[in-house]
Amino acid sequence: MIHVKMKVNGDPTEFLCDPRETMLDALRDRLNLTGAKEGCGTGDCGACSILLDGNVVCSCLVLAAEGQDREIETVEGMAAGEDLHPLQRKFLEHAALQCGVCTPGILVAAKALLERVPDPTESEIRYWLAGNLCRCTGYDKIVHAVADAAIEMRST
Amino acid sequence: MALDDLRTKEFRVVGTRPIRPDGIDKVTGRAKFGADVTASGMLHGAILRSPHPHARILSIDVSRAIAEPAVKAVVTRADFAGNLEGEDWNVLENIMAGERALYDGHAIAAVAATSALSARDALKLIDVTYEKLPFVTDVDEAIRPGAPVIREGAADESVPEGLHPNIVRYHENGHGDVEKGFAEADLVIERSFVTEATHQGYIEPHACLAQLGPDGKGELWCCTQGHFAAARICAKLVGIDASQLRVTPSEIGGGFGGKTTVFIEPVALALSRKANRPVKIVMSRSEVFRATGPTSSASMNVKIGMRKNGDITAAEGEFRLQGGAFPNAPMEFAAMCAFAPYDLEHVRSRGWDILCNRPKQAAYRAPGSPMGAFAVESVIDELCNRLKLDPIEVRLRNAVKEGARAAFGPRFQRIGLIETLEQAKAHPHYMAELKPGQGRGVSCGFWFNHSGETSVSLALSYDGTVSLSVGTPDIGGSRASMCQMAAEELGIPYENVRTTIADTGSLGYNDISHGSRVTYASGLATIRAAQDTIRKLCARAAARWEIDEEAVVWEDGHARPAGPNAGEFEPLSLAAIAADMGETGGPIAGHFEITPNGAGVSFATHIVDAEVDRETGAAKVVRYTVVQDAGKAIHPSYVEGQYQGGAVQGIGWALNEEYVYGDDGCLQNAGFLDYRMPVASDLPFIDTVIVEVPNPGHPYGVRGVGETSICPPLAAIANAVSNAADVRMTHLPMSPPRLLKAIQEKELG
Repeated sequence: MIHVKMKVNGDPTEFLCDPRETMLDALRDRLNLTGAKEGCGTGDCGACSILLDGNVVCSCLVLAAEGQDREIETVEGMAAGEDLHPLQRKFLEHAALQCGVCTPGILVAAKALLERVPDPTESEIRYWLAGNLCRCTGYDKIVHAVADAAIEMRST
Repeated sequence: MALDDLRTKEFRVVGTRPIRPDGIDKVTGRAKFGADVTASGMLHGAILRSPHPHARILSIDVSRAIAEPAVKAVVTRADFAGNLEGEDWNVLENIMAGERALYDGHAIAAVAATSALSARDALKLIDVTYEKLPFVTDVDEAIRPGAPVIREGAADESVPEGLHPNIVRYHENGHGDVEKGFAEADLVIERSFVTEATHQGYIEPHACLAQLGPDGKGELWCCTQGHFAAARICAKLVGIDASQLRVTPSEIGGGFGGKTTVFIEPVALALSRKANRPVKIVMSRSEVFRATGPTSSASMNVKIGMRKNGDITAAEGEFRLQGGAFPNAPMEFAAMCAFAPYDLEHVRSRGWDILCNRPKQAAYRAPGSPMGAFAVESVIDELCNRLKLDPIEVRLRNAVKEGARAAFGPRFQRIGLIETLEQAKAHPHYMAELKPGQGRGVSCGFWFNHSGETSVSLALSYDGTVSLSVGTPDIGGSRASMCQMAAEELGIPYENVRTTIADTGSLGYNDISHGSRVTYASGLATIRAAQDTIRKLCARAAARWEIDEEAVVWEDGHARPAGPNAGEFEPLSLAAIAADMGETGGPIAGHFEITPNGAGVSFATHIVDAEVDRETGAAKVVRYTVVQDAGKAIHPSYVEGQYQGGAVQGIGWALNEEYVYGDDGCLQNAGFLDYRMPVASDLPFIDTVIVEVPNPGHPYGVRGVGETSICPPLAAIANAVSNAADVRMTHLPMSPPRLLKAIQEKELG
């Protein structure tokens, strides 16, 4: 077993893991953060998206042991207490989720987009989110929600 | 169960777009899906699967696996019930092979171990001896003379004598004399079509947590579209009483029909019983592709005759669908839906259900209908092109309306096909100019919609808020629409209702969340349960006022005297009556149980613009408009979401998605990288128009909306691509290699 120390959503965290264990498994099974989902385990669906030192990664493609001394952000860290992140609110207002299983990964990916590109075009939103599969919505309301959140975040 | 006349007044809550009640859970990662729970002492299950498409299982030696300290149980077919028949036996045979492995990925054995990794490792210690058998995976090859027989004697009495044993069911419908009709046509076109199998593609793999004790009492947590049906079939397969197995549905990460049956749940229960510990099983994505229900692949012939003025004189269709190594491919739905939009004097439709060495098909959004529509609507498009007729005008000329006899038999009640066509015709999309290299396609589509067993309970709290329990898992926001209907009927705010998806121990039997039935059937039962509650509220008011119950009416959330003769009393709010319900007769709750019979059928018309790159064969949808009859949209945002989601699944099916089998009979693309579902950058916005022609079978006029949205896209996109490329595409998906080949063949003459 490997001893790993890392920060998750700002909190110092440590755990033991099997060398074969993925970051996704460690988050879900060791730290009980089940917001990130395993849709494929091969980096194709984006449901397990997290931020690793600020970059969007598929946590199913990262080994848990690689987390040593790194900073992780997950969907559980998006809201500030009672205040939802503007993306979370806009997803609800626009009905940008149906089943909701892809939502955590899409929110994390969209947050990273808006941190880099505060005023994204429709194409930029669509290409940035091209690594996140959603089977329910056809992405229509997701793209609208992200664009609307960007407007709100620019004005505050 | 007619449309409530009183409901012609303005709605207060219905038709608005409130935030869904489970919304915050789902944007914060709190919502618990199938794989998100654990239990004390829990083991992890894993399933060994056949690497062969067809093989006799000569022996299974589990001794090396059991010897591992981490392994606590191993099960094979011998650990399941042995006395099953019919579809129950089919389900068992599919989730754990008996004498033969029938497809690549067929379950052979399963282990439970102390960790997921050790369970997976233990699978390598199970020694199976196979005798490989000849196999067939193509629907047309499966019925050629000499094709390997999947199961002797599987055909039912519907199959005429002398057909290949792989044909297990036969269907025909229609009326008139098609030969006479074809003779009256100015132009007759006959074409053959193929659609490949696709997967529902829900992002959440199947997952469950099971506990079954030696006393035959069990608990099951799973992602399912129907936990009552799961309880019934699981109990059968492991040989316990259904009432002793309590099933609680998790949040469900998509289903589209694919989670209407069970795969891993009975296996987890059997492992749990053997180990006497809770067992969790989570499928990998490749297991989902290899061993859970894809839709059928289809081979079809359609012949249609048309006059120069656009009247269809006759239509004939043949629909051959394979549903894997088990009966029940939805060929009759293909044959029934294909011609349903048209009022035809002469029509004949036939279907064949065919066995192949593929996984057992499961329902996928309007099963059968999209394929049938693809074939029929493609021929209509070609007829319109050849006769230089407008495709919407032609459809309007032939469209069914109330009273028309459906091609499959019954007469239609009030329907909205013509309204969808009129709205499509008037839409700016239909008048917009196309750019060079683009083509436009139109298609209609039809789905029956389903009702099913439904049981709802509605309980008041002392503070006047309401707890609504329904038994249909919420796949796409249905808790919101249930809250809206209860609030509408009771006259209280939307926020005062909380909807819970109740477990199997808490409600009467509920059919699965399938057949576009939830907003219709659970909605109807919710409204009736609210009315039952209102009767009880009025009785309490009457007792307090010491007047007859009939002299009390319910208006705007208050009991009021019916008129001046009833006496003068201050109206009593729901909260006021609830506040002392304990002393005025006891708790107040309303109930309703029914299998309703008024699920209104529904129609849609889609318009698609597509662009084709003649160098690469890549096709792209550049504009898309859905026009569909919802009867009444309870929460319009989620209705639009169903329209958009269905259209985009159709885009995937039409352009890219397919099960690819190799010469070895094994699935070649069991992952999202090679099974190419649409991503955000592939798509335009999907425009929607909600038509509301009320369904007389629902108090507010609701029709199901979930499935009809995938009926027109295959044809509409194929027509758009065919018109853009100037070559008729008859084989889906129109993947770049397939489209490029068609373009090149046409250019070479």
